[in-house]
Amino acid sequence: MKNIPPAALIGLFFTGLYFLMALFAPLLAPYGMAEIVGGVWEPSSSQFLLGTDSIGRDLLSRMIYGGRTTIFIATMGTILSFVTGSILGFLAAVSGGWVDQLLSRFVDLLMSIPTLIFALVVLSVMPVTIPVLILVMGLLDSTRVYRLARAVAVDIAVMDFVEAARLRGEKTAWIIFREILPNALSPLVAEMGLRFIFMVLFVSTLSFLGLGVQPPEADWGGIVKENKEGIVYGIPAALLPAFAIATLAISVNLVADWVLNRTTSLKGGRG
Amino acid sequence: MGPILTLLAQRIALSLLLLLMVSALIFAGTLILPGDVAQSILGQSATPEALANLRAELGLNEPAISRYFSWLSGIFHGDLGTALTSGQDIAASIGSRLSNTLFLAFWAALISVPLAIFLGLLSVRFKDRWPDKLISAVTLTSISIPEFLIGYVLMYLIAVKLGWFSSVAMINDGMSLGQKLNAIALPVMVLTLVVLAHMMRMTRAAILNVMQSAYIETAELKGLSGLDVIRKHAFPNAIAPIVNVVMLNLAYLVVGVVVIEVVFVYPGMGQYLVDHVAKRDVPVVQACGLIFAAVYIGLNMIADIVSILANPRLRHPK
Amino acid sequence: MSDPLVKVRGLKIGATVYPPGEKPHDIEIVHGVDFDLQKGKVLGLIGESGAGKSTIGLATMAYGRGGVEITGGEVWVNGRDILKTGLRDVRRLRGSEVTYVSQSAAASFNPAKKIMEQVTEAAIRHNKFNRKEAEARAVELFAKLGLPEPETIGNRYPHQVSGGQLQRCMTALALCPEPDLVVFDEPTTALDVTTQIDVLAAIKEAIRDTGVAALYITHDLAVVAQVSDHIMVLRMGDMVEYGTTDQIINSPQEEYTQALVSVRSIKHIEKDPTPEPVLSVRNITARYPGTHFDVLHDVTVDLHPGQTLAVVGESGSGKSTLARVITGLLPPSDGTIDFAGRTLSAGLGGRSREDLRELQMIYQMADTAMNPRQTVGTIIGRPLEFYFGLRGREKQKRIQELLDEIELGEGFQDRYPAELSGGQKQRVCIARALAAKPKMIICDEVTSALDPLVADGILKLLLDLQKIEDVAYLFITHDLATVRAIADSIAVMYQGKVQRYGSKTEVLSPPFDDYTDLLLSSVPEMKLGWLEEVIAHRKMESAGN
Repeated sequence: MKNIPPAALIGLFFTGLYFLMALFAPLLAPYGMAEIVGGVWEPSSSQFLLGTDSIGRDLLSRMIYGGRTTIFIATMGTILSFVTGSILGFLAAVSGGWVDQLLSRFVDLLMSIPTLIFALVVLSVMPVTIPVLILVMGLLDSTRVYRLARAVAVDIAVMDFVEAARLRGEKTAWIIFREILPNALSPLVAEMGLRFIFMVLFVSTLSFLGLGVQPPEADWGGIVKENKEGIVYGIPAALLPAFAIATLAISVNLVADWVLNRTTSLKGGRG
Repeated sequence: MGPILTLLAQRIALSLLLLLMVSALIFAGTLILPGDVAQSILGQSATPEALANLRAELGLNEPAISRYFSWLSGIFHGDLGTALTSGQDIAASIGSRLSNTLFLAFWAALISVPLAIFLGLLSVRFKDRWPDKLISAVTLTSISIPEFLIGYVLMYLIAVKLGWFSSVAMINDGMSLGQKLNAIALPVMVLTLVVLAHMMRMTRAAILNVMQSAYIETAELKGLSGLDVIRKHAFPNAIAPIVNVVMLNLAYLVVGVVVIEVVFVYPGMGQYLVDHVAKRDVPVVQACGLIFAAVYIGLNMIADIVSILANPRLRHPK
Repeated sequence: MSDPLVKVRGLKIGATVYPPGEKPHDIEIVHGVDFDLQKGKVLGLIGESGAGKSTIGLATMAYGRGGVEITGGEVWVNGRDILKTGLRDVRRLRGSEVTYVSQSAAASFNPAKKIMEQVTEAAIRHNKFNRKEAEARAVELFAKLGLPEPETIGNRYPHQVSGGQLQRCMTALALCPEPDLVVFDEPTTALDVTTQIDVLAAIKEAIRDTGVAALYITHDLAVVAQVSDHIMVLRMGDMVEYGTTDQIINSPQEEYTQALVSVRSIKHIEKDPTPEPVLSVRNITARYPGTHFDVLHDVTVDLHPGQTLAVVGESGSGKSTLARVITGLLPPSDGTIDFAGRTLSAGLGGRSREDLRELQMIYQMADTAMNPRQTVGTIIGRPLEFYFGLRGREKQKRIQELLDEIELGEGFQDRYPAELSGGQKQRVCIARALAAKPKMIICDEVTSALDPLVADGILKLLLDLQKIEDVAYLFITHDLATVRAIADSIAVMYQGKVQRYGSKTEVLSPPFDDYTDLLLSSVPEMKLGWLEEVIAHRKMESAGN
């Protein structure tokens, strides 16, 4: 622990806090998620710590449940994007030839459309449910993971130690898992943080546009949408979830930055 | 000039091919995936007869390939089809909205591009000193903030608390340029902030990359002043990467614009697209998606063309 | 004697380092160096990597590269201490009184500007000449430096001329403003040996004709002996010895200098060929997939058990391609390879585990030849496990034996490659190859990336191991000194063909073919006047023709 810079510590602390909150949401939230307990946009009080929302639900409870939904979707999306992207990326790098060409050109095609626009096109015909959201976001984002994983693996695959392993007669599985993977892990782990942030921002944006998580289910982007009319009357309820998104994203960013710096400065030493 | 023309022709052909593939993908994405357009328009309670009628009317009974080609040939003739929900001609509705969106994006670009390059230069000039660190902290933060939050915070502070600008950005043809600019001041500010961070970070990296080249050291060892080193030796080599950065971020602006239009209820393409996604109006979504993709692909193409033109090895072959 | 042009006193130079997992801190890389340089004289700065020679050279322009900073001492140039006169004066000095020639001209020229503009820039900037005069002088210098088409070569862009030509252009760039001092920083190191000699001769002539003083920085004592009046030997930021070139070369005082002078003094007497070669390469022709010209034409060589075949050639001669063909990485389009009494399959996929075990390889860059995430124990242990099924204590015992053989001893098993020095890394790679108990090892430029003394140690080790293990080496190198030190037979390669092949004595004795003659005579020898002799000899020959 002693070598962790303060910025990364702060990042770790808040990231941990948000994940714990997401895990134990039902225990922490003072009221139910969709329970109407007070008047419209009541200010902060001892009864409602953060006040109430546009139809009189406790804002703190909705924030906690909303965080749970947002973090759940983002985590699942990240996992899907990583598993798909890195497996296909490694496969393309190691097999080369037409497999590589086919996969890479298809990814080029997907990436030539802005992700949000493509997601909107797809969501216009798909039912908007949480599994569909995870699937669409995860698969669209896996293009970026694919590119990184492929690039990293291609760089490593041309190193002399990989050639030495091939000359020794090692099998492809050994080369992927024992020679390439240990060296590709750190940039991928750092990228994971950035992909997670992107997922949080992405699902929040979709929900804010009304095309993500559907009410009464709470999520941070949706809470902004529900309360945005309040802004013009000077009621800042819509800003709260947005701040939550920002702090989560910054915290994860700080951690990812630290992981990346730590691993690049190691230049392949212990770790 | 031979090889360079070949390269440019190849690059332009590639973009056109890409656009064609994208159109196929958008078309396929909206028709092959589960979910029936007729069903979604009429809802779960629709009678089988009504569904069948609508399907016939939309041409859904024809094979997908022939529908794709008739759609595509329509686009070449400027016919984007009619909106399912309103029955209006899509091309006519898009026309004014597209110009509104371009108007917004134009002003955002006009402010953010010079500002980003200036800040990028500033943070290179003061690398690892406080101005650099401050700029990098601010940009890291703003990259982590969703666009709509920046929008609402500015709206809350400037429009609501200070009362300087209107919180909605309505514009119409009857307004003078001044009135229009006043109306879009807030969204332009937000868009600028959104792209500024990325653009500035990438500009900084691009310039630093050039400044670390050995020929910069040669120039310094010739006794040139700091300004001359940058003007005569760094700048000619930094143009291509900077133009690249700018183009990539303008492409990013295309996406930012969708969200910001919704936040400020601005009558542009983004708002139009989002509305019709919610209404499941497929022809509108296809048309808008294709236009956004075309802009995006076009900007990327310009970036590549500039790189090709700026490369001395290609301009002056052996 | 008049005031020296350069007077350096107590020069200390520091740098900020960023070690992994630690806070960045400052270290001292030059610890107080003194020297004088008279007008029109040449001082050679010599030392291995980390000696601080480039850093000292740049200090005469008050310049620190990267995080390097001059922390103390005095640097007097033309009568003032340039560490004290301020930036304006230093800018007047750079490019006008003192100029610089770097190792890589290719990187040091701005790719976006014409050569002429860059060569004349400093002279015009410092008002030494107007544009017309500067361009006339540049053309004159291009001609003096032996560049083709001196009138028009300046109109080309840097990528339009060859590496050796660009290095001469860089020299013209440095001489154009008529400086008092030129700092040459390894100007010929990146060049092939036959190109190096011409550039070296051109530089020497230009120095003599213009009467400029020079600091000549290099790691190669034989090179510096040709151009300098005095030599300063540096080691890890300290001066070891200073003297006239004659004294340093012929009667070095310090032990370190003696070691540098006598480097590559290994005497290896060649063995006679055996009746049965272990490797027999027959009529190999090969090209890379997707290309349309052969990189190897009809190559035929033999390697005998327990002996060394040196394959020597310059870049592009096809010597490394030959290694790829023998290992099976690049199947040849024609020809066969017989190894240990059987014919090897052309591709890697068709070879048995026994084929692979008996033919091992050692690489030039030990850094990239070892997986940075594996310990030395794992790296050496894997072949033992893979080929012999050794496990547990038995494997540990064998690993330790191998470590002892490569003179590393206890405590290295758990280290990672990043924790080893360059020489230690290469030793571990040797141990990995030996672990397979091979009949033959391909050594691809294994000493080229190492400092001379370290390289010497590796060569000695390889020779000792050859006696113990009775292993044959196919030794690929561009360095003729190395060839002399360890070969039994030699193949000289040029443009994909074997130009000359035979026992060491045969190959290195006249009469020579033209290329071998050129190659052999281009290798710098550690004696005064060698360069003049060779150039005079060549002029005489061409006149004779």
